Amino acid sequence: MAENYVGKRVKRTEDPRLIQGLAHYVDDIKLPDTLHAVFLRSIYAHARIKSVDTSAAAKVPGVVAVYTGKDVSAKIGPVPCAGALPDLKTPDHRVLATNKVYFVGHPIAVVVAENRYAAKDAADLIQVDYEELPVALDEEKATQPGSPVIHEQFGTNVAYKLTAGEGDIEAALKSADKVIKQRILNQRLAPIAMEPRGVLVRYYPGEQELTMWTSTQIPHLARTQIALMLGFPENKFRLIAPEVGGGFGSKLNVYAEEALLGWIAMQLNRPVKWIESRRENIQATIHGRGQTGYLEIGYKKDGTITGLRYNVFADLGSYFQLLTPAIPTLTGLMLSGCYKIPAIQINVTGVFTNKMATDAYRGAGRPEATYVVERALDLVAADMGKDPVEVRRKNFPAPSEFPFKTATGLFYDSGNYEGALKKALDISGYHKLRDEQAKARKEGRLIGIGVSTYVEICALGPSQAMPAGGWESATVRIEPTGKVTVLTGASPHGQGQETSFAQLAADQLGVHINDVTVIHGDTSIVQYGIGTFGSRATAVGGTAVWYAIEKLKEKANKIAHHLLEAGEGKVTFKDGKFSVEAPKVKAASVPEPVLPAAGMAPGASLPDPEPHGKHVSLQDVALAAHLAKSLPQDMEPGLSATYFFEPKNFTFPFGTHIAVVEIDRETGEIHFQRYVAVDDCGKVINPMLVDGQVQGGIVQALGQALFEEVVYDDQGQLVSGTLMDYAVPRASNIPWMELDRTETPTDVNPMGVKGVGEAGTIGATPAIVAAVVDALSPLGVRHLDMPIKPETVWRIIGKNKTGAA
Amino acid sequence: MKTKINVTVNGVSHQGEVEPRMLLVHYLRDALNLTGTHIGCETSLCGACTVLVDGLAVKSCTLFAVQLDGSKVTTIEGLAAEGKLHPVQEGFWEHHGLQCGYCTPGMIMTAAQILERNPDPSDEEIRHGLEGNLCRCTGYQHIVQAVQCAAKKMKSKTAVAR
Repeated sequence: MAENYVGKRVKRTEDPRLIQGLAHYVDDIKLPDTLHAVFLRSIYAHARIKSVDTSAAAKVPGVVAVYTGKDVSAKIGPVPCAGALPDLKTPDHRVLATNKVYFVGHPIAVVVAENRYAAKDAADLIQVDYEELPVALDEEKATQPGSPVIHEQFGTNVAYKLTAGEGDIEAALKSADKVIKQRILNQRLAPIAMEPRGVLVRYYPGEQELTMWTSTQIPHLARTQIALMLGFPENKFRLIAPEVGGGFGSKLNVYAEEALLGWIAMQLNRPVKWIESRRENIQATIHGRGQTGYLEIGYKKDGTITGLRYNVFADLGSYFQLLTPAIPTLTGLMLSGCYKIPAIQINVTGVFTNKMATDAYRGAGRPEATYVVERALDLVAADMGKDPVEVRRKNFPAPSEFPFKTATGLFYDSGNYEGALKKALDISGYHKLRDEQAKARKEGRLIGIGVSTYVEICALGPSQAMPAGGWESATVRIEPTGKVTVLTGASPHGQGQETSFAQLAADQLGVHINDVTVIHGDTSIVQYGIGTFGSRATAVGGTAVWYAIEKLKEKANKIAHHLLEAGEGKVTFKDGKFSVEAPKVKAASVPEPVLPAAGMAPGASLPDPEPHGKHVSLQDVALAAHLAKSLPQDMEPGLSATYFFEPKNFTFPFGTHIAVVEIDRETGEIHFQRYVAVDDCGKVINPMLVDGQVQGGIVQALGQALFEEVVYDDQGQLVSGTLMDYAVPRASNIPWMELDRTETPTDVNPMGVKGVGEAGTIGATPAIVAAVVDALSPLGVRHLDMPIKPETVWRIIGKNKTGAA
Repeated sequence: MKTKINVTVNGVSHQGEVEPRMLLVHYLRDALNLTGTHIGCETSLCGACTVLVDGLAVKSCTLFAVQLDGSKVTTIEGLAAEGKLHPVQEGFWEHHGLQCGYCTPGMIMTAAQILERNPDPSDEEIRHGLEGNLCRCTGYQHIVQAVQCAAKKMKSKTAVAR
């Protein structure tokens, strides 16, 4: 394999269209005669719908149709949920509300008009007569007797209870010298992909085919589910994820609006488009996190952890989306963190509340777990008066202990936690930082250092552990002209796999990266796939590409052998050429992707497929395979291979993040002094893309730690309903991130890659919280709930000043 | 009741009739089919819709098209002169200043204005200048590096021109 591209900082092949405004997101796709849909949504968190009057709306010029829940509920199946748990209470989730609304933003009616302005005007004229009902909002209080019940048929707001973990937790906590308890909050977050959701559907009545463009991370799974909802044949349903402007889990879903638009397009025989507004996005696209839990951790005098119990109430929202009830189970799986904990127990109570559903948001259950474990270790360290680094070291498994079995039932594939920790300590100058902190404290300055050592579960995953397949697919084709086409079942939407998969293919096939095209996100072009989520696209999808190319090369080698009339001779492949003898190695430079030159004259004829002496190029072989005039006997013509890769395990990337903050005593503002991250995601295909993933994740984690929170008031009104109120980090809020890596390959796949998409949101949140807590520790602070706002900090300092604390 | 407007967009003069309530961003995207300018929040908080109006970076989701009568507008599609990328576009490509690309056109337009006003900005000045543009993917660090890279490129060009 050539090594021109893999492991190098190759510029992205997808960027030229994106930086020139030439890409096509859903709303950029224009079809003649398109109608526009606008939803009317509930203004109450919980109410009975007494009547819906659409007559005035229907009269607005340009309005073509208005539909309510009564019109569609019997015709479109329920919004699917793939989370299967014992005794799970699953409400019937229809695309529009009929009798009751359960959250602010719950869709009640849809207006379809010639343009968006008319549709919006008409939606404002729909009269809904509501009977307000009392609300259940807090995931703990909603379980108590006397709470309003959201779904009357269940008689309770508890959707499920689940206990998991191994080891005798009671004995483990009893055997401890000390047990620390702490209430831990993981607030609700909004994913806020910069492109809101959007759907465009066209029905072709002649062909009886449906084409849907939708902003999704899972085109194939969405097609299957929407086909089932509509009772429409899947093989006549083409679903396309065009350019997708970010997802972070929020588009790893199947939404009511998608199926409803499909149904409307068939009813009206015209294309119909819906583009979500930001307000709708914060109301009615899934939220993440939303857990309130109670931690108990037991430890021996020497700092050895004996056991950890976490009793958690998960705020599920009023309805299930695709993975809603399953997310807290991931929290349970990762509660061992990167430590040897002999006994672990999680008790989950999944609770309905009058809010939008929670589901997978970048990390999806794992940031919650890491936060719990890392806060726990910090509490132990503070209690013992020890450095948090030492408590962590005390409980790390050694590299020789891998595969490492946890009391949550996982086998961690590979790891060197001490290696990443040491590197981060060295880069940050940790011991010097602690000395400086001690000096600063004497001067009355509030400086804090937070350390998080994390492990995450990635490359989701083996199919046994997944609701709808954990494999990924790839097809690789060499076209007659020698150009390479890669079809992947992964569905990148910013992660850059058009580039990293092309790097892979270019090296494996010895071609220029510009001669490789990576196609994804179209169910009519790409074989079935699972999609992009759970840090799986490269580790699972990339591995499928790798195997497909190896398979293709086997066939190509046989053709080359035949063309070269090699007889008993061995044919080898190097730098794009098959030879009977090994060719000389050229010095490799890094050819970069370039903009295609305008007006380049196309080749007048196909190249000559005849062998030139002792070698044939891949192009010669591809042409021979397609012309099929001279192939080995009984060989199928063509040159393509498909591979479905089923991983035998998850992968477990890890790392150490260190945050240093100083708090302004006057304002409570938190200023970063340093941020150091050492991540280990196994082998790296493109370090620039890995850095980008880590940086973006850290900043989302910083948002959770310090700014972001979906806030509903005591009536269930969404208070943080715009980007004015929901505080996404801005450029000036961010520290300079000093990044480095260690590289511990995995044996789960032949490339040794592990995945990196969620590392930041998992590793960084606890480091930042720990830094703020550490800064305030001279004031007696041991723990603070997120988001830690300047006001909270300022009040703590103020109380301390007046001696009230 | 429609109103006549005359707007020059990316050097091309457009005459048309628009509803007085039509937003500039809808005029650009729907009437002129310049879909490179994106809508991310409709409340001028995210900056995805940033374009240059008479040389000034503005958020096109909170301007009416009728306000633009007689103005010159530059959108992302008009930034690359004669097919050659603008230094800011080059910077974003070289430094991985984008991932999903949705905020990118607005980011690039704002960055171009930052450099026009201050050819030699500090990182802090760049971050301050980008306050009105949200990116959820990159964490901004590569964007800051992209703008610094563009500043260098523009300086060396100016030096050559002298």
